[in-house]
Amino acid sequence: MTRHFLAWMAGLAAMASAMFAMPILAQSSTAPAPYAYQQLDDPALERRATDLMHTLRCLTCQSQSIADSDASMAGDMRHQVRTRILAGEEPEAIRAWLIERYGDYVSYDPQVSATTWPLFAVPLLLLLLAGLILRKRIGRGGVADREGEGT
Amino acid sequence: MIAELGLAALWLCAALAVLQLIGGALAQRRDTASGLAAMVRPAAMLQGLLAGLAFACLLWVFAVTDLSVKLVATNSHSLKPMLFKLSGAWGNHEGSMLLWVTVMALAGGLIAMVEKRLPEKTMQATLAAQGFVAIGFYAFLLISSNPFERLAVAAVEGQGLNPLLQDAGLAFHPPTLYFGYVGLSVAFSFAVGALLTRNVTPEFARVMRPWVLGAWVFLTLGITAGSYWAYYELGWGGWWFWDPVENASLMPWLAATALLHSVSVLAARDALRTWTIMLGVVAFSMSMLGTFLVRSGLLTSVHAFAVDPERGTFILFLLAIYIGGALLLFGLRAGHVREGERFQLTSREGALVFNNVMLSAILGIVLLGTLYPLLTEAFDVRVSVGPPYFNPVGAIFTIPMLLVMAVGPLLRWRRDSIERIKLPIAIVTSIIVSVAVLAALMGDIAVLPLLGLCVAIGLAVASFLPLRGRNLLRVPIATWGMVLAHFGIAVALFGMASDSAFTKERLAALQLGEEVTVGDWRVTLDGVDPVAGPNWTAMEAQVSAWRGSGAPILLLPQSRNFWAPPMQTSESALATQWDGQLYAVIGNRTEDGRWQLRVWWKPFVTFIWYGGLLIALGGALAAIGRVMADLKRRSVRARANSRRTERRAKGFA
Repeated sequence: MTRHFLAWMAGLAAMASAMFAMPILAQSSTAPAPYAYQQLDDPALERRATDLMHTLRCLTCQSQSIADSDASMAGDMRHQVRTRILAGEEPEAIRAWLIERYGDYVSYDPQVSATTWPLFAVPLLLLLLAGLILRKRIGRGGVADREGEGT
Repeated sequence: MIAELGLAALWLCAALAVLQLIGGALAQRRDTASGLAAMVRPAAMLQGLLAGLAFACLLWVFAVTDLSVKLVATNSHSLKPMLFKLSGAWGNHEGSMLLWVTVMALAGGLIAMVEKRLPEKTMQATLAAQGFVAIGFYAFLLISSNPFERLAVAAVEGQGLNPLLQDAGLAFHPPTLYFGYVGLSVAFSFAVGALLTRNVTPEFARVMRPWVLGAWVFLTLGITAGSYWAYYELGWGGWWFWDPVENASLMPWLAATALLHSVSVLAARDALRTWTIMLGVVAFSMSMLGTFLVRSGLLTSVHAFAVDPERGTFILFLLAIYIGGALLLFGLRAGHVREGERFQLTSREGALVFNNVMLSAILGIVLLGTLYPLLTEAFDVRVSVGPPYFNPVGAIFTIPMLLVMAVGPLLRWRRDSIERIKLPIAIVTSIIVSVAVLAALMGDIAVLPLLGLCVAIGLAVASFLPLRGRNLLRVPIATWGMVLAHFGIAVALFGMASDSAFTKERLAALQLGEEVTVGDWRVTLDGVDPVAGPNWTAMEAQVSAWRGSGAPILLLPQSRNFWAPPMQTSESALATQWDGQLYAVIGNRTEDGRWQLRVWWKPFVTFIWYGGLLIALGGALAAIGRVMADLKRRSVRARANSRRTERRAKGFA
């Protein structure tokens, strides 16, 4: 008797969890989510979505953005981006949400942080260096007299 | 048997490379004509011959699909078309390394055979450097990447080749890049030879220049072809992803571009001596980095690298020896090279130095953006560096460079004034400003594409200004080459900017007979039928496209399923018009029986690759022009000499 009851409860629990899981499953099941291959009707919103999608990494591909990939995960992420844009979210908020979920790796647009500062410091350094080299190479009083050239 | 023959040839090559190194090194201390030193040139020639034989052996085992050879069993399949069987020989790690070293040995043999302009000592040092580089490759091949390794039991069937790589364009993409890399290795050997024998002269620059130009032409072609391949094969219309593998080919190109300009200054004006040598070292380092990073698997993931630590460690070791050694030699010897001729800021040299520095900075940024994620990954922090980083940061250096490039060729050597070229500067500036205003009025274009458009159009006009007021028939071929290559840069830039500013995209799920619009095109899905190829089956869509009242164009995009190995790919269909391309891809069928269709109208996107071809053509013309002028100079000198001896003989008579 109790055994039957337990089995019944377990069945109920399984059903309930299946029902709760459904929205998640719907996003990652084999049939592509509606907005994976479908544009938003409003061109301005679609443009915002595409601009964002081009700066998000497809996590299962090699060096492709989610706007450039047939992978199912990229499709799901496109769907996410379009739905959220449609719901009025700001692109940067969506990026932040994705970064929170998947880590910095998902964004192709590195933000200045403790781990990425050299990416921004080095170009500045290069600018400085370029200026210095140019000054040293060319700025030295122009054409001097030829002084004992030769190898 | 054939595989063993190839392996034996490789071992002999390695021995000859060692001989070349020792002989060349001894020649620096003693007489250039005695003993081992005299064998340097013949050794280089024989090495070229044997490496060619080894590579022919590899082609043979792939052509007959000898499944007892491990490399064939893992990378080929008996049902593959012959072209892809052969291209499979270099479509893998071991084979591509063998191709690299073969091309290098052939180049070494060639310079040993024909190059007589430099002092013999410099030539022997050059060939010794070549031998030194080659030894590393032979060791790598023979110790950890033997392409001729046999299986104990022959495989029943091969495992096939990645379907994405079964493409005629891609079959020739790696060899093209490798010709470029190897050309730079020859330039590097010349630089080492000149540095060791303290012989950095305009004559040396003239000898090195065709190799740099040739390498640059091949790299340009390779990058252009690779970009077009990614564009039509990956099925989303992207043509550059700032993928590490792409960057690995772009970095040597940037260095080679800087090098070829600085070598021209050295040849014409005897200036920029150390700078040229340094760029020679950097360009070669970049091609080594490119080859090895791509082939080690390090670029896909640091973890993939760790799976095969033996090979990886070997690669890092070789990189450290060559790049470190070259830089060390440069550091030790550069002080002995005199600075060379001076020049003013406003001079042709000044403009070229500016562009060289900008190119080096861009190179630095690409290098940083490519390697930095690898560095952080080693500490288990994963970051992605992509287009939103590379595009704006690169533009900071690219835009000033292109502006200086527009006027640089108008300046005179040594000293000049802005005053003299006031008119052309005014013309180019007004073009750039008016295009900027026009484009801004046309609508909402992002900053970078806008800048790209106006600089491209200004540069396109400016690139022909050096021909102003000259008799076109008497303009040297090399000058035509420069004009064409600069024009090609403008054309390619125009294509890039236009693609990102004006592309129209349409994704839709269509029933048969349904119509969608993209830009000013109307597109209908007429039907979808199954078709079969030699090693794939596919769903092929018939898509008609109209523009205005014109005749319909039929596009046939396919969704292919390969079975060895199993993989799905999209074959895009392209309709090329003079002003752009219509790009169509068929996707999967939805549950309600409609078909996923993706269509893009990409205005002037083709200009990217036309530009690439123009750049390569310009480089080829410059190389031909230089070599011809050089041959002419030599024959004139020879004739003058013979006349002199004749006259002297008569005088005596």
